[in-house]
Amino acid sequence: MRPRLPTSHQDASRRGWQYRLHIDAPLLFALISVSILGLMVLYSAGSEEAGLIQRQLIRLGIAFAGMFAVAQITPQVLQRMTPWVFVAGILLLLAVLIMGEVSGGAQRWLDLYIIRFQPSEMMKLAVPMMVAWYLADVRLPPNRYQLLAGGVIITVPVLMIAKQPDLGTAVLIASSGFFVLFLAGLQWRLLGFLTALAAAATPLLWHFMHDYQRQRVITFLNPGNDPLGTGYHIIQSKIAIGSGGVFGKGWLNGTQSQLDFLPERSTDFIFAVLGEEFGFAGILLLFAFYIFIIIRGTVIAIHAQDTFTRLLAGSLAMTFFVYVIVNTGMVTGLLPVVGLPLPMISYGGTSIVTLLAGFGMLMSIQTHRKLLPT
Amino acid sequence: MLRQLPLKDLFLEYRLFSSRTIVLLVFSGLLLLVLFSRLLYLQVIAHEHFTTLSDDNRVKLRAIAPSRGLIYDRNGIILAENLPSYRLEITAEQIDDMPATLAALEEIIHISETDRSRFEKLLKRKPRFEAVPLRFHLSDEEVARFSINRHRFPGVDIQAGLARHYPLGSLGVHALGYVGRIDEQTLKILDSSNYSGTTHVGKTGVEKSYETVLHGTVGLEHVEITAQGRVLRVLKRIPPVPGNNLYLTLDSRLQAAAEKAFGDYAGSAIALDPKTSDILAMVSLPAYDPNPFVNGIEYADYTALREDEKEPLFNRALRGQYPPGSTVKPFIGLAGLEQGITSHQSSTYCPGFYSLPSSTRKYRDWKRTGHGTMKLDDAITQSCDVYFYDLAWSMGIDRIHDYLQHFGFGKQTGIDIQGELPGLLPSPGWKRARRGEPWFPGETIITGIGQGFFLTTPLQLATATATLANRGLRMKPNIIQAELQAGSSALQPPVRRIDETIAVNDPGHWDAVIDGMIHVVHGDRGTARRIGHDSPYRIAGKTGTAQVFGLKEEEEYDAEAIEEKLRDHALFIAFAPVDDPQIVVAIIVENGGSGSGVAAPIARAIMDSYLVDKAP
Repeated sequence: MRPRLPTSHQDASRRGWQYRLHIDAPLLFALISVSILGLMVLYSAGSEEAGLIQRQLIRLGIAFAGMFAVAQITPQVLQRMTPWVFVAGILLLLAVLIMGEVSGGAQRWLDLYIIRFQPSEMMKLAVPMMVAWYLADVRLPPNRYQLLAGGVIITVPVLMIAKQPDLGTAVLIASSGFFVLFLAGLQWRLLGFLTALAAAATPLLWHFMHDYQRQRVITFLNPGNDPLGTGYHIIQSKIAIGSGGVFGKGWLNGTQSQLDFLPERSTDFIFAVLGEEFGFAGILLLFAFYIFIIIRGTVIAIHAQDTFTRLLAGSLAMTFFVYVIVNTGMVTGLLPVVGLPLPMISYGGTSIVTLLAGFGMLMSIQTHRKLLPT
Repeated sequence: MLRQLPLKDLFLEYRLFSSRTIVLLVFSGLLLLVLFSRLLYLQVIAHEHFTTLSDDNRVKLRAIAPSRGLIYDRNGIILAENLPSYRLEITAEQIDDMPATLAALEEIIHISETDRSRFEKLLKRKPRFEAVPLRFHLSDEEVARFSINRHRFPGVDIQAGLARHYPLGSLGVHALGYVGRIDEQTLKILDSSNYSGTTHVGKTGVEKSYETVLHGTVGLEHVEITAQGRVLRVLKRIPPVPGNNLYLTLDSRLQAAAEKAFGDYAGSAIALDPKTSDILAMVSLPAYDPNPFVNGIEYADYTALREDEKEPLFNRALRGQYPPGSTVKPFIGLAGLEQGITSHQSSTYCPGFYSLPSSTRKYRDWKRTGHGTMKLDDAITQSCDVYFYDLAWSMGIDRIHDYLQHFGFGKQTGIDIQGELPGLLPSPGWKRARRGEPWFPGETIITGIGQGFFLTTPLQLATATATLANRGLRMKPNIIQAELQAGSSALQPPVRRIDETIAVNDPGHWDAVIDGMIHVVHGDRGTARRIGHDSPYRIAGKTGTAQVFGLKEEEEYDAEAIEEKLRDHALFIAFAPVDDPQIVVAIIVENGGSGSGVAAPIARAIMDSYLVDKAP
């Protein structure tokens, strides 16, 4: 017996342009809207740096093109590619650890002569794909051996990335892998056990942290501790957001942003610029788009027709949420400072390409569904 | 087609997935709720607080120094002014090659080692976009040379400021004083907010005593700055209130005449208007040019001034304490008359010395052959010492002390320039307290001719003489004639203070001593008759000689034989015209020898300048 899947009501739209071009129009609309809002904020944040907007536009162009390209690949091909992509990613991470370029105190970049490349970006997609690939043929919920195997798939690259060190990306990749396991039916009892284990391991984690990472945690717990040093970022971003009020100071009028008081304002702390210049209203607008994107991703996951695509789509949508909540939580002082950009808004290269490649996969999953007999 | 595995229950998987998705969405919703509560707190509840912090960040207060009040003499001649002063500034961020720029600048503008090291120190401390001064007080020629070459020096600029300048140089410097850079000690006592933009402060004289009046009130600029401190724009400006202008009672023309009359002598002179007690001239010589002090005098020049034996930095008019010598005789005479010890009829025989019945010690008269029989008038006219030895002995030190106090001897006059010394009017009580010794009778005798412990300042002597000219009215001397508030045209006169009105038993006693003083100048035997015979107005005066070097009893005083710095100080007090006194002078010429020969002609020159050459 074949289960009845709720696909019949979509048959009418099957013939639309979205399916021919393998594009999901609602998702595309929301992503473009966020990008436009992001460019506006970036224009204000990076006003004194010439060419910033042009470079971001080129990046967005490449990223959207990449998204369309990925959307053309059928989920079946993606599934077949997965182990190879994952293994290649692990090898590249090894290469980074051995011969990577040091930039800003961390070893993240690999110089491939043609382009500089961060293999950790690739793993953002490769890890959830690999876990979903592994669980695709398994009877769900997975048993503990299968969960252990999934755990190994996640832990190996996460540890390699944490060692670079790139805690933000490591957290992101760990959660994307975790979401696949959770959506596949990770037992609550086991989850409780893992949570307790993680809590117990916290002191151990502290032991392995770099000094600057410890400092960030200390600063998070007490920002007034060192107001001109490590606490400066968070104090200034809170002032920026708080002084923005409900409707903000107006575009290009944020004093914290325009007068240089806010550090990292075109990259990790761009959310504070939005909060200062557009106020609570601007933040609500941005979150309206973000929530729409996450809901749309979840809907695509629910409509997916097999385990691999369903788990992958669910994980990608939820990871996007983690991205958003970690960055905004950090900028508003709710979370310690981990270097994660605000998705689609922050200035920066590879992360946008990876992010939109992920949305390309969602579009592919949505538009390559088979007509099923009713 | 889905891969079909016998063990997979797709429907069950789908339901599991859906429920897990809902769990994640609910959990995400809760996280969003936390985030939005945080945003509500930051942007709505604590909005005011963060707005304040944001403004504190971007708005800085910048002080604007007020311009210092000007100082004029009584006729409106400027004594202290603010002149434009040019400094050369370099903005580091606009310079590509600093050493090359400095080398090129050196070719057209003199840059000393001190300038260079100060510049380099400042350069390290200041942000790169801020202009750093390299040279102060460029000459007009240097300004012109730089202006022609300006195109060669982007980032180098000339800035104009104001600097205090004293156009008359050393004239009246001890009254006027000068300003200098604020040093660390002064910084502690100044109102730091009002002085936040100010670089100079009054150091001596009127400039110091009237600092609060001259300084004005600081202005403020609210400026918007970047995190690096670069000023973007002025948001609000509260202009500074300039200091008030002062009109001194000094007459700079008279001051110049007085200083000239001294020639090369060191000494001091006070000329004042007895009616108002306004100081017309305040001479303390030698003087010095205050202008180099304004921007830091060279160390060698300062050392030269300080180590000069004639002490040009010493304000003799207020701080020089000299024995009054015979100038005190009219006051002693009045005291004797008032207390009934003597009358203008009673006489004393002067054999050329005086001795107490119980002692063999002889107190000599300046005239060794003696004056013969002396009445009070003769005694003042000829300055007979024996008469006053006898009078002082009869009166006793306590009565002398108590009566002379009325003329202000022994205490500060209260002039509005800081640093005045009180002189010393001796008394047995003072001697016991200060020296732990009893009062000896001989000390009473020499007090009668203004010697011994008796000390007065030139200003005190002038005030006492003015009291005599006013027949008992003693006023506080003034140096400020009026104050002109910035932006107003109404002059504010100072409050004149009457310190005492001396009541006499018989007004004729005033005439008795004043007649004696007139005879000093106009009498046939007067000690200052040389200045009186051709005077177009009547003068009342008294000569005096103060011993610097004590002579032994039998020794002869020979001015030529002793070293100049051990010669007697010459004194002269006078007022004129006698019938309507308009000017009082008190002169002390250090090591001048005799009052009649040196001090009296200086007094005459000053009075001539005031009474005869005075513009209508």
